[in-house]
Formats: sequence, structure tokens, C-alpha cells
Amino acid sequence: MASFRYLMMKTLRHLDEFLIWQSSHRHLVLPTAGFLVIIYPFVVKPYILSLGIEVLIFAIFAMSLDLLLGYTGLPSLGHAAFFGLGAYVVAYMNSTHELALGMSNNLFITAPLVMLATALVALVIGLLALRTSGIFFLMITLAFAQMLFSIAIRWSSVTGGSDGMTGVLRPSLGIGPWNYSFDTRYSFYYLVLVFFMIVWWLLRRIVNSPFGLTLRGIRDNEQRMRALGYNTFRYKIVAFVLAGMLAGLSGMLLAQFFWQASPQNLFWSMSGQVLIMVVVGGVGTLTGPVIGAAIMRLLPHIVSSYTQRWPTVMGMVLILFVLFAPGGIIGMLRGRIKNGL
Amino acid sequence: METLLIQFLNGLVSSMLLFIMAAGLSLIFGQMNVINLAHGSFYMLGGYIGLSIVHQFENFWLALLLAPIIVSALGIIIEYVFLRRLYGENRHLEQVLFTFGLAVIASDQLRRIWGSYVEAVSAPLELQGQILVLGISFPVYRLALIVFGAMIALLLWVLIERTRVGAIIRAGVYDADMLGGLGINIDLIFAAVFALGTGLAGLAGVIGAPVLNLYPGLDFEIMILTLAVVVVGGLGTLRGVLLGSLLIGMADTFGKALLPEFSLFLIFAVMALILLVRPVGLFSLNRR
Repeated sequence: MASFRYLMMKTLRHLDEFLIWQSSHRHLVLPTAGFLVIIYPFVVKPYILSLGIEVLIFAIFAMSLDLLLGYTGLPSLGHAAFFGLGAYVVAYMNSTHELALGMSNNLFITAPLVMLATALVALVIGLLALRTSGIFFLMITLAFAQMLFSIAIRWSSVTGGSDGMTGVLRPSLGIGPWNYSFDTRYSFYYLVLVFFMIVWWLLRRIVNSPFGLTLRGIRDNEQRMRALGYNTFRYKIVAFVLAGMLAGLSGMLLAQFFWQASPQNLFWSMSGQVLIMVVVGGVGTLTGPVIGAAIMRLLPHIVSSYTQRWPTVMGMVLILFVLFAPGGIIGMLRGRIKNGL
Repeated sequence: METLLIQFLNGLVSSMLLFIMAAGLSLIFGQMNVINLAHGSFYMLGGYIGLSIVHQFENFWLALLLAPIIVSALGIIIEYVFLRRLYGENRHLEQVLFTFGLAVIASDQLRRIWGSYVEAVSAPLELQGQILVLGISFPVYRLALIVFGAMIALLLWVLIERTRVGAIIRAGVYDADMLGGLGINIDLIFAAVFALGTGLAGLAGVIGAPVLNLYPGLDFEIMILTLAVVVVGGLGTLRGVLLGSLLIGMADTFGKALLPEFSLFLIFAVMALILLVRPVGLFSLNRR
């Protein structure tokens, strides 16, 4: 026990040293991180590369949820609705080639259509769910997602029932004769990385824009924002649709990566998992969800050598963070920086 | 006409189960402002404990008596050890996340302990067989369940509207701090309400098992329907819960009979319609 405490203290001291170092060498952190993610596919085993792709896809999904939860204060417990919908839409397009003029896996066609479809569904759900707030909003988003799940299970002639839809193709990109297909794991990794960076950049711009500041105002005190003359409903619906679109995009990428759309992507446990990612990483930040996605996708592989009961571990992680570190990992790091400096 | 009547009676059965569930959820919410997302897990736990008691002692009535007590004892422990740390303004999200974590753990552990097969619980001997109702034969147990549900509704109404304890609970719904200031032991009231709410869920689990069976995933199916009930009826009042559970129970049953592929869609339609007209449910408590 004593040696464990010694080890913990030593680790924390190293962590503090790193945090202090990086705060004065900010300009080095981003290029180093960029370099690492670019050479990543060439230094790790294919299996680890797959994990990296999963983490990036889930990071997009988690960041989209944090736009709602952390920046607008809308606790959605049904975000998997859009994630799964994105997967099913691309699977459906792949299964009916003529729908997309024989280019059913061309990203120029699939990505906009997936985003359009999820945006429309998000608009309908949002128009209803955003009439309420707080706990009611949470319950209604959960109920809507569960309804999409049951449609996916029951309407088996279109969705393949509980087996889901298989035969999703890896995407290609091109116009006319020039066409590149992201068939290999390496090329797909870079594609997902590009999507991740675009979404990261976009969300960064959004949350720091006047629009994003309005969202934060709504999170902190909606009544005051309304008194200031903001049509808060309109801002919330835009945020909801945007988050739905990005979640749909990440769902599309997941389907293309695993060659299938599964009803599990729509299930409450998926909504819960992404919520846990955001909470564990740090609500109201963009880095937090990325860290959370990495932990929640990597942890099962570590835990599985000790226990079969991954959901129990996941629930315990959530409860421990809620009780002892509501700011998530980012909150803990910030606390250490404040105390250390 | 006959099928219509049978469906109507089946609708009443699911309405009564939903009422007992939603009444517990609504009580806990009204009193402590906590939405207990583990409510479906308490239902399952009640059902499984009932199952084990029935297997062990071959006595359904013993299960009916003991299982809700065990479940509510667990509820008290959870409230006392964990939930109590999370009371306070603006901590709704943390409370919800906590109960969600609990539901995730519970669904995994229930599967570990009771396996992942469908478990059937047979109705007690005294209530087996069919009975003629208005010219059609209907299972005795289901009829008894309707009567039992109505009795629970009446008892709850008497408890909350006509007794001193009920008056304290109702006062706590409006202003718990003020109630504490008047010398009422508010911690005790919170624990009692949480125990009552989880006990009701456990009770619903025991009496629902012969009708719905027990299988992994049922916890969340029940939870979704219960949430739909309180979304439609509004949280915090028994009247709303009763109306909501009748609407959702009927919509679910008739939906399954008429449009088997899209039964949840009918519930969705009811919910959407009510949300459009009254975003806080039909009878919601006006807090502040």
C-alpha cells in the first residue's frame, strides 16, 4: 500500500512537471502531436491501428455531443440516434446502387446525403424535444433514440432487423475518371484523421464565435439570454441539428470501417457510452471528449484480460467520476495546474 | 368486438404495471428532484428476486411480500451512501448520470447472476386459469392484476392526499428547505420516499413477471415506457401519472395488436402530440 502511494505521488509529480513544462512550451505541443498522429500507422501493429481509427471516429461523435451537453447545457441521452442513423443511411445507399447513380460509396455523395438525412431527423426530434428542458429533455431524447432502435429491429425488410445491414463499402473519393478508394486500413486512417481535424477545427471556430458564446450564455442562464432579446429556441435548435449532423457523419465512418450498420449503434448503451466519454474526459471542452473517447475505447481491451464484465467497469468509472471528479480528466488536470503554479 | 374487449383488458393490465412504476418514479422526482434512470433496474431486480423466491419456496405470495422489501432496502442503502452526496441545486445532470451508471452496472450484474435466458414465472395456483368476463374468457391472474393495480392507486392516493405523512411529502414537493426549517427530518423523508419509490418498482417487477416474463433488456424497455408515461402525464402528480399510464398502456397494447411492426411508433405519436400541446405533460406540477 505504501509503495502504491509512493508510485502515485511520483506519477503525479511527473505529471505536474509535464503540465508546467507544456504550459510554457505551448508552441511545441501541437506540432509534436501532429507528427505523432501522422507517423502513427507506420509504428504500430495493424490491430492497434484499428483501435486508433475507432478512437478518432468516437472522438468526432463525443465532440458533437459535447456541443450540446457542455456548450449549450442540453443533456441528450439519445445521441446514438443520429450516430446509428448515419450508419444506416450509408448502408442503405450502398445496398441500392442506383440511388446514388452507381457511385454509392463516393464520399462526395454519401457524406452530404448522410448529413442531410441526420439533419432532417435531428430537426424533427429537436423541434419536439427542445420544447422542454432539463430532465424532460433528457428523457425525451432517450425515448426518441429508443424508438429509432425499435424501428431498426422491427422493420427488418429495410434495416435487416437485429442483424443490421452488412456489405457497407469503404468509401471512395473522386470526380469522373479520377477516383481513389480508401480500401486499406492505412488510407482509411488518414481519411478519418482528416475528418477529425475538420470537425475539430469547425467546432473550435463555432464555440468561440459569437454564436458559440450565445450557446454558452444559454447554458449558464437561459432566462437572462431571453431577456436580452435572444431567440434561444432558434440557437438551441441550430446546435441540436449541427450536433446531430456530426454524429451522423461519425456513424457513417464507423459503418464504413466495420463494413456494417448494426442496431447496437442506435441502442441506449451507445448513447450512454458517448455520454460517459464526455463526462470522463471533461464536459465543456473539446479536448475532453477526445481523451474520453480514447479511454473508453482502449479501456475494454485492457480490462478484458481481467474481467468479462466490461459494462460494470464502465458504470463504475462513470459513478466514480460523477462523485469525485465531475470536471473529468481535463478538470483534474486544470486543478493540478492551478495548485501547482 | 371480442378482440377489442380483450385488447382493452390487456391494455388495462399494462397500464396498471406502468402506473405502479411511474408512480414510484414520479414520487422520487417530486420529492428529491431526481430522475431515477435505474428505476427499470429496480423493476428487474424485484422480478428476479421474486423468481428466486418462487423457485426456492414455491410460494408466489411470499415473493410478493419479500421482494419489494429487499429492493427498497437496497434503495435505502443507495440513497444513503451515494445519492445523498449529489443533492443540491444545479446537480441534476450528476444525479441522472449517477443513476444511469447504476442502471448500466445493474443490467450487467443481473445478467451475470440470473443468466441471459427468458425466465417465466407462473401465476400463483389460486389465480391460474381463465374466467368469463362479459362473455369472453380472460386469464384470472391478469384480472387480479388490474384490481390490484387499482387498489395500489387508491392506497397511494389515500397515503398522499389524506394522511399526515402524505401532507409532509406534498409539502416537501413544493419547498423541501422550508419543510426542514419547520422541524421535519427531511433526510428521513427523502430516504422514506426513495424506499417507497424503489419498493413500488420492485413490486411491479414481481407482479409483472407472470405477464411479461423476465429477460435481459426488459429493464430498459420498461424504463422507456415509464419515461413516456411521465412525459405524457407530467411529473409530480398522481393524477397525471394515472392518465399517462392509461394512455401509454392502451397505445402500447393496441399498437402491438394493430401495427405489430410499429407499436412504439404509436407511443411516439401520442408523446409528440402531447408535447406539441403541453410541453410539460398533461398534469404537471407548477414549481416556482
